[in-house]
Amino acid sequence: MHAKALEEANRQLAICNACRYCEGFCASFQAMTRYRSFNDENIIHMANLCHNCQACYHSCQYTCPHEFDLNIPKALADVRVESWESHVPGSLIAMKLQSNGWTIALITMVAAILFGLVGNIPWISDETFYSLISHNSLVAVFTPLFFGPLLILFVGLYRYWNTVGGDWIRWADLTSAFHAAGTMKNLDGGMGQGCNYENTDRYSKTRKWAHHATMYGFLLCFAATSVATIMHYGFGLEAPYPFLSLPKLLGVSGGILLTLGTSKLLYLKTKSDPKLGVSDRRSGEYGFISILWLVSTSGLLLYWLGGTAAAGAMLNIHLASIAAFFVTLPYTKMAHGFFRLAALIRESQMTKA
Amino acid sequence: MPIEIPKIEPNTALVRPGEEPFSYDVIVVGGGNAALCAAIRAAESGAKVLLLERARRSYRGGNSRHTRNFRCMHQTPKGVLTDQYLEDEFFEDLVKVTKGDTDESLARLAIRHSEECYDWMQSQGVYFQESLSGTLSLSRTNAFFLGGGKALVNAYYNRLEDLSVDVHYLATVLDIVIQDRLFDGVLVDIKGKQSYIRARAVVLASGGFESNKEWLTRAWGDAAKNFLIRGTPYNTGEVLKNLLDKGADQVGDPTQCHAVAIDGRAPEYDGGIVTRVDCVPFSVVLNKNGERFYDEGEDVWPKRYAIWGRLVAAQPDQVGYAIIDQKSHNLFMPTVFTATQANSITELAEKLGLPVKSVEKTISKFNAACQDGEFYPTELDGLSTKDLKPAKTNWARPIDTPPFYGYQLRPGVTFTYLGFKVDGDARVSFSNERATNVWAAGEIMAGSILGQGYLAGFGMTIGTVFGRIAGKEAADYARQSA
Repeated sequence: MHAKALEEANRQLAICNACRYCEGFCASFQAMTRYRSFNDENIIHMANLCHNCQACYHSCQYTCPHEFDLNIPKALADVRVESWESHVPGSLIAMKLQSNGWTIALITMVAAILFGLVGNIPWISDETFYSLISHNSLVAVFTPLFFGPLLILFVGLYRYWNTVGGDWIRWADLTSAFHAAGTMKNLDGGMGQGCNYENTDRYSKTRKWAHHATMYGFLLCFAATSVATIMHYGFGLEAPYPFLSLPKLLGVSGGILLTLGTSKLLYLKTKSDPKLGVSDRRSGEYGFISILWLVSTSGLLLYWLGGTAAAGAMLNIHLASIAAFFVTLPYTKMAHGFFRLAALIRESQMTKA
Repeated sequence: MPIEIPKIEPNTALVRPGEEPFSYDVIVVGGGNAALCAAIRAAESGAKVLLLERARRSYRGGNSRHTRNFRCMHQTPKGVLTDQYLEDEFFEDLVKVTKGDTDESLARLAIRHSEECYDWMQSQGVYFQESLSGTLSLSRTNAFFLGGGKALVNAYYNRLEDLSVDVHYLATVLDIVIQDRLFDGVLVDIKGKQSYIRARAVVLASGGFESNKEWLTRAWGDAAKNFLIRGTPYNTGEVLKNLLDKGADQVGDPTQCHAVAIDGRAPEYDGGIVTRVDCVPFSVVLNKNGERFYDEGEDVWPKRYAIWGRLVAAQPDQVGYAIIDQKSHNLFMPTVFTATQANSITELAEKLGLPVKSVEKTISKFNAACQDGEFYPTELDGLSTKDLKPAKTNWARPIDTPPFYGYQLRPGVTFTYLGFKVDGDARVSFSNERATNVWAAGEIMAGSILGQGYLAGFGMTIGTVFGRIAGKEAADYARQSA
C-alpha cells in the first residue's frame, strides 16, 4: 500500500483519539479507543469497518478551515479502497476499473457483442427458454466467469486477513458479523437515527434502506439462480419456470428490489458530497451501481418481454451485464461487501478477545 | 488557519429608532446553544424570529461546538444517565466549585429545569450517547451528546430551518439600541453590509469576552499574550460591553477567566478538547527555570485540571513542563501532539529548552524524596514525597525509567465570568430595574450562577435552561405588545 493514505489517516486518527466525541456512531470509533497510537494493521482494520456514513465529519469541530483539517470519512475511504486494490491480485486492473466506471460499460458492450455472435451459431437448440442460447453454452461461459473472479477475490481476502492479523474464525464471530452486516448496524448512526449523506448534516435512513433493497435484492437474485441450478441438475426440472415457482418468485422479487435499491443509491450518490468520499474512484462507484442496476432491470424486462422479438436482444444485454459484473467483481466496489464482512469478523474477535 | 475578524466601524447614521415598522418579533443575538434554544422556543411560541450568528456557517455555534455533555438532574435512571442525581447534591457540587459564589435561587432554577431539558433536547433532534470511554465518573451526572456539541448545534440549526427562523451568518451586531430600558433594534453588519433591524424584543446570547486579547491584557497584563483560547475566536464581548456601557447591571469578576492547563503547542484559538494534557498527576511539573511550583498530586485530575491554568499563568512566561517516565506513559488519555521523548533527563531538558543543571537537580531531589508504597493511578493513593517543598502528596513515583516524556503546558482560557445580572425570567436589568424587552442567556449571564470555578457540563445546562426561558418570555412579550 502507498504510505500517503495511511499517513494521513494516522495523522487524523491521532487527533480523533484525543477527542472521542464520535464514539457512539459506529464500530470504527469503538475500535479506535482500543489504541493509544496506530499502525498500518489497525488503520486498515478501522478503514474497512467504516461505512462512510459521514456523521463524524458533520459532528467534527476540526474540519476545514480548522488547521487540523479532519475529514475522517475521506481519509478512511482512501485507505479502504487502497487496501482492496493492494490485496487483490491485479491491482492495476482494480485501479483502472475503480477510477473509470465507463470501463465496466465497455466490458458489458464487448460481452453483448460476443453473446450476439454466439446467438448466431447454429448449435443452439430451438426448444424452451434455451431457444435463445443453449444451457450448456451458458454454463460453459459462466462457470469460469463466476469462479475465476471469486478465486481472485478470495486470494485478496486471505492476504487481507494476514495483514490485519486475523485469528481462526469462531461461530460467534460469524453470527456477530452477519448480524451487523444484515442489519447495517454501522449505518444506523448509533442511535437508529441514520446517517448524514445526501442532506449534509441532517440524519436520514434513506441510504440504509436503499442499501438493504440492493443487498437483499441481490441475494434473492443469487438465491434464484442457485435454486434453479439445483432444480436443473438435481431434479431435471429445466427453465422456463412458471411464475409460482421458487426461482421466479425469488428472482422477480429480488430483481425489483435490486432495481429500486440501485436506482435510489445512484440518486443519493448524486446528492452526496464527493469531498467526503474516496479520491479519484467516484466514477468506478457509479459504474458498479449501474452494472447492478442493469443486471436486475434487464432481467425484469426480459421476463416482461416474454416471447417477443425484443427478448433476444434483451437476453444479450442481460447476460452481458452479468458477465461484466462477474468478471470485474474482485476489482469493483463489490469487494467492499467481502472486505467489510472480514473486518466485522475481525472486530468481533478483537472485542471478545 | 486562524480566522480573521475584521474591525467594523458602525455606521450610526443608519440607526433610526421608531421609524420603520418592526421586522421581527424577536431578535436573538448569538448562535451557540443558548441562542439556539431561545430562538427555537420563541419560534415555537409563534414569534417571527431572526438569529444573528457572527461566525461563518462552518464555525457556527460558538463554544457550544466544543462541548460534549450537559449536567442533568434526574430522580431515576434516565436515558444514558445512571442512578439518580438530585437537586441538593447537584447544588452542593456547585457550591463546592464556586466556593459559594452563586445566586442560589437562579442556580436551583437551572438545576430543577435541567431534568425536563433532557426530553426537550431529544425532541429537537439531539441524540445522547453513553458516557465516553475514560469518563465513567460522569455517567451519573452528565448526558453526553452523540457526536459532541457540534452535532447538537447542527440539530438545532436544522430545527430553526424547519421552524422558518431567519438565520444570518457572518452577522456582527455593532449596536444594541435601547432607550429607557426599552429595546428598539440592532445595528448589524451582515457580510459587509450594515443595516438597522427593529424587533419587539431581543435575547442576548453572544457569549463572553475570552477571545478578546486586549480585554484579557487589561486584566492580566502582558501575560495574556501567552494565553491560548480553547474556543471560538468570535467571543470578543462587544455586545456585552455595548450594553454594560449603557448601564446594564453586571455580575461576575470583570477581570477573571476560567483557564486550564493545555498543550503549549495548541492553536491560538479553537483547539478545543483535544489540547488537554491529563498526565499532570503522574508527572512533575517544572517552570521554565526547571523548578517545581505546586503539588501535582493534590487530587484526582478531574478535580484539579481547572486550577492548573492559573498556576501556569503565574509562572514566568506562562509556561510549564510536565515530565513523566515510561511507567506512566499509558495511564492517561492519548494526547493530540506527541510528547517530546528522550532517553535521559539531560537529553529531555535539552530538547525542551530547559536549563539542564536545574532540571537534573530538581528531578534527583524529587526522586530522592519518593517513598516506597502501593501506587493506584485511579484513586488517591497517599503515595507522597517526604521532606520536599512543594510536596507531591499522591502518585509520587520516581521519574527514573526511560524513555522520558515531556509536555509543554500553557494556560488555555475557556470562558469569562463577567456578565449581565438577570432574574429568574432571564430578564436583564438597568440600575436594578427590569428592562422592558431585553433577555439574556448563556455565558453572557452565567456569572450570576458561576461566580468562580467550573462544574463540568453546567455551562450547557445554564444555556439550555435560560435560553428556553428567555425565548419563551421574549415571544410572549412580543405577542402581548403587538
